[in-house]
Amino acid sequence: MANGNFETTIGLEVHVEMQTNSKLLSPSPVHYGDSPNANTNVIDWAYPGVLPVANKGALEYGMRVALALNAKISPFIRWDRKNYFYPDNPKSYQTTQSQTPLGTNGYLDVKLENGETKRVRIHELHVEEDAGKNTHGNDGNSYVDLNRQGTPLVEIVSEPDLHSPDEAYAYLEQLRQVILFTGVSEAKMQEGQMRADVNISIRPYGAKEYGTRVEMKNVNSFNYVRNALIYEEKRQAAALRAGEKLVQETRRYDEPTKSTISMRVKEVADDYRYFPEPDLSPIEISQDWIDEVAANLPKSAAQRRQYYVDDLEIEPYDAEVLTQTLAMADFYDQTVQAGADPKRAANYLIGDVNAYLNKTQLELQETKLTPANLAGMVKLIEDGTISTKQAKKVFEAIMDGEEPEAFAKKNGLVQISDTAILLPWVTEVLDANPQSIEDFKGGKDRAVGFLIGQLMKKSKGQANPGVLNQLLMQELKQR
Amino acid sequence: MAETISRDDVAHVASLAKLAFDEAKLDQFTDQLTDILTLFETLSEVDTSAVEPTYSVTPNVNHLREDVADNWHQKQELLANSPEEAADLIKVPAIIKGEDD
Repeated sequence: MANGNFETTIGLEVHVEMQTNSKLLSPSPVHYGDSPNANTNVIDWAYPGVLPVANKGALEYGMRVALALNAKISPFIRWDRKNYFYPDNPKSYQTTQSQTPLGTNGYLDVKLENGETKRVRIHELHVEEDAGKNTHGNDGNSYVDLNRQGTPLVEIVSEPDLHSPDEAYAYLEQLRQVILFTGVSEAKMQEGQMRADVNISIRPYGAKEYGTRVEMKNVNSFNYVRNALIYEEKRQAAALRAGEKLVQETRRYDEPTKSTISMRVKEVADDYRYFPEPDLSPIEISQDWIDEVAANLPKSAAQRRQYYVDDLEIEPYDAEVLTQTLAMADFYDQTVQAGADPKRAANYLIGDVNAYLNKTQLELQETKLTPANLAGMVKLIEDGTISTKQAKKVFEAIMDGEEPEAFAKKNGLVQISDTAILLPWVTEVLDANPQSIEDFKGGKDRAVGFLIGQLMKKSKGQANPGVLNQLLMQELKQR
Repeated sequence: MAETISRDDVAHVASLAKLAFDEAKLDQFTDQLTDILTLFETLSEVDTSAVEPTYSVTPNVNHLREDVADNWHQKQELLANSPEEAADLIKVPAIIKGEDD
């Protein structure tokens, strides 16, 4: 065991920003990167007399996540106010679902590094509002941008089923992928779209009660979560071995030292004075509504991988790469649907397209490449119209939005496979090189390479090498 | 039977509301809040064991909005109502909540 005689218990509360068009309770746009406070209105600020109305799309996005995590969707939901004073929220309360969470009793099957699958139970998940962004200045002031405030979040609360930092890391990675494939969020860590509150305690093996819990809030990198947990496991075990008593506290992960720092000791439980939100109507969720949302739920990464490997005969590793993002998997599906050879289409996406994305720092959906054009190019290669060498130029063109067949024709990139055109060239080259014919008959295969070279030069590289080779051998034998 | 509020409770609620009171005010509010709670105690004389709790006073259910963005462009007005602004940001005294945002 990694930690002597102690068993580690970890629970995670993961917040994911959902990419709706508008906020949870107001029509203000949800858009990352806009100028400060551009996307905020009187409802977001809870001015007297305003009446918020909940966003149906946000609820349905929450339902998608609930379905993807095998949770039971509550038939009746009402909203609650969680009261707190902090400049990141001018309402002084967060609208949430504390009493009637949208989903309960879900699970996520997590593949661990040792190949085992571990079922992590999801206690509940609910939809709530995000807070604004506070930037602490050096001048003793904070600077608040409320664009993010009111963005719909889904909070996913795991049971304390995780028992090591690596398990927590695997859970987070796979949870992220499940969410990506629901289409509700790109879950970009660097933009804070996915953040974790981490709870960890340790206890001697066999102990009935959990140990004293330490909480770390808003950790926005999976590596930080793992590092923080590794440090806490050691720190807590050392303290217990030294006979110290652990205190329930909030700590903060400090990346430069890869350690955690105590922020505040919790003497009393947080006092948020929850009460039912009077301004929002309760929500009844019928089975019909759930079925409708389920019908629009994109296929999961796991389902797609199985299809790629079993039906399209794609290598498992390649299937993993194709399902890294929903955009890539969707693009691949559409390319295959457009008639492309699955293997060749996969190779182009994994190789050339990914290299292009890396080089240009673009997302796939930001490029001019379309599934139809990629499929078109793959088909031209498959039927011998263009060589793989010519395909390099066609590839550059389709990345610029060109139609592959028209581009190939216009630029003379079409392979010559017609023997009526090739045969006179073969005759011509053979007539001009009697010595090579002699060499060939004398058993020098090198002569064939020389003749092919001459012919390719004659065809300006456009001859179909397969057809040309066959034709040359046939003619050589007749001499 | 009557639920009363202690002076400590009042101090706690005040601190949650970021309000600071002197001793005299704390005594005064403790008395007043005790009176209010005593008055509300009258309600407990009614047997409500068979009554569903009221969470909402409207009979409306599923009053929802389609997910359509509409920017009301209220930034300037809202910032004008904030204590102080700096480069379109709201400037406030730094409060360390015990966690980084």
